[in-house]
Amino acid sequence: MDGRFLVEGPVNGTALVLAEPLSFWGGLDPVTGEIVEANHPQRGEVVTDRILVMPSGRGSSSSATVLAESIRLGTGPAGIVLGEADEIVAIGALVAEALYGVTTAVFVASRDGYAAIRHGDHLAFAP
Amino acid sequence: MTVELEDRDRALLGGGAGDGAALAMRLVVRMAEVARASQLRDVTRAHIDSCLYHGQVGLDFAERLLAGGGSVAVPSTLNVSSLDLLHPELVLLDAETRGRAKRLMAAYVAMGCRPTWTCAPYQLSDRPSLGEHVAWAESNAIVFANSVLGARTNRYGDFIDLCAAVTGRVPDHGLHTDEGRRATVRFRLHGVSDRLLDQDLLYPVLGHLLGRRAGTEVAAIDGLPPTTSEDRLKALGAAAASSGSVALFHAIGITPEAPTWDAVAGLGAREEAVTLPDLRAARGELSHVPDGAEIGAVSVGTPHASEAELRRLAELVAQARLRVPFYVNTGRAQLAAIGGIAGELADAGVTVVTDTCTYITPVLGEVTGPVMTDSGKWAWYAPSNLGVDVALGSLEDCVRSAAAGVVTRDEAIWAG
Repeated sequence: MDGRFLVEGPVNGTALVLAEPLSFWGGLDPVTGEIVEANHPQRGEVVTDRILVMPSGRGSSSSATVLAESIRLGTGPAGIVLGEADEIVAIGALVAEALYGVTTAVFVASRDGYAAIRHGDHLAFAP
Repeated sequence: MTVELEDRDRALLGGGAGDGAALAMRLVVRMAEVARASQLRDVTRAHIDSCLYHGQVGLDFAERLLAGGGSVAVPSTLNVSSLDLLHPELVLLDAETRGRAKRLMAAYVAMGCRPTWTCAPYQLSDRPSLGEHVAWAESNAIVFANSVLGARTNRYGDFIDLCAAVTGRVPDHGLHTDEGRRATVRFRLHGVSDRLLDQDLLYPVLGHLLGRRAGTEVAAIDGLPPTTSEDRLKALGAAAASSGSVALFHAIGITPEAPTWDAVAGLGAREEAVTLPDLRAARGELSHVPDGAEIGAVSVGTPHASEAELRRLAELVAQARLRVPFYVNTGRAQLAAIGGIAGELADAGVTVVTDTCTYITPVLGEVTGPVMTDSGKWAWYAPSNLGVDVALGSLEDCVRSAAAGVVTRDEAIWAG
C-alpha cells in the first residue's frame, strides 16, 4: 500500500469504507463501537476490529478522546486508513498507545491507493 | 522527516521538568512528525477542551500528566465541562460520572488552568490579537480565533491541547504559516437578498453549507455585509466546524486578513456560487420539523451566548409567556456581566446553564417532542447526542414558538 503511517503498526482486517468522514465525537458510541451520527450514510455500522477507511476526519476536537476511549474499551477499529492526514485521529491513537499499550495503526493512503480500496476488502500490510 | 529541536525541547524530553512534561513533549514531537513539520514554534496561550469528560481515558491522561508534575507553561483557559458548577442541580448525570467529571476538572485547575469553563473564550476580555500564535482546541473557538481574530491556531484536539499548554510548543505548520492561511475556495453569494443577509438565521445556515462544501479547506466568502457582527460570524463558524472541519474562513471585507479577495487568494483557488436554493436546502438538512409541530423545549446559546445575545433574549422573553422549558447556555463571565438581567431571564422562565452545554451533558431530561434552537451546531449534534428532532429558527422564532408551544417561524425570509 502506497502512503505513510501516522501511527505505526500492523493493518490487518476487513475494510469498512465510509462514504463520508465521521466525527467520532457525536458520531461513534465508544461503548458499542457503533456509528451513531444521525446524518451519516453508514449509521448503524460497527467499527470494532475492522479497518476504518475514510477520506478525512471531521468535526469536533473532542473526537480524539472518543477514539482513545473506544480503543481502551476494546470497541475501536483494528486500524484506520485515511485519504488525508488528520491530527485529531492520530493523537487519539497515540494517547491510547501511551496509556494502555494498545497500538491502533493510522495510515494515510496515496490518492490511488485510497481509491483502490473497496468496502469489504481484506487489508494486510505493516510498516 | 526529523523535527528540529531546541535545547529546551530536548531538556523537556529528557525529563528535566518531570515525567508529565516529558510525555507532553514526546506527543508534541510525534504530532510534528504526523504534520511533517520540520520545527516547533512557541505559542502564547492555550484553550483546552480535554476537561470535558468523555470517558476514563481523559481522566487517565490528565492524572498521568499531573502525577508527573505537569503544569501549564502558558496562560490557559478551559472549555466547557460536563457539569454546571454554578447550578449543579441542572445536570442529570449519575453520581459516578459526576464524580469523575469533577475529578477531571480539578486536575486541569491543579495544572494551573483558569476555570473559565466556556466554549467561547473569545468572549473573555483578554483575547488573542491579530497574528498571535496560540494553541486552541474546541472547533468553534478555533475557527473564531483564526477567522475573526486573525490569531493563528491549528485544529488542536483533546490531549494535544494540554501537551501544547504544558510545553508551550506546537508543530510549526498549517494555519501557523502564511501559506496555510490562503483560501483554496471562494464562495460567492448569488441572489441572496439584503433582507436575508440581515437575518441572524442566515449565518448558521450558511455556515452549515460552508462546512459541507469546504470540508477541511480554507474558504473565503464573498458578499456578506461589512457590518456583519461577531455573533453572526460565531454562529457561521460554529456550524461550519460541525458539518465540516473548517478551521479558518475569510469573510472578504470583514475579517482582518481579508480586506480583499486578492489578499487571501490561494494559487488556483476555485470559485463556487451560493444561491438561495442552496441555502434553503442547507436549512432543510438541519431542520426536519415542520411549522405547527408541538415542541418539547427550546435551547439557545451554542456556542455560549454573548452578553449582547443574553440581553436580546431578555428583551424578547419579557414580552412573552413561555409554555415550554427554555434553556440558554452561556459562560460564567457573561452571566456575571449582565448583572440583574439574569434575574429577568429567570423570572421569564428561562433556565440559564453555565460551564457546560445542553447538548453535551444531560440537562433537558425526558423531552416530549422536538427541540427548537437557533444554533446550527446544536442542530447538527443534538439528534445524535440526545436523540431529539430539531427545529432551527431565529432567536425571535424560538421565543415565539416557546410561547405558542408549536414551531412558529418567519418563513418569508426564505422567499426569493
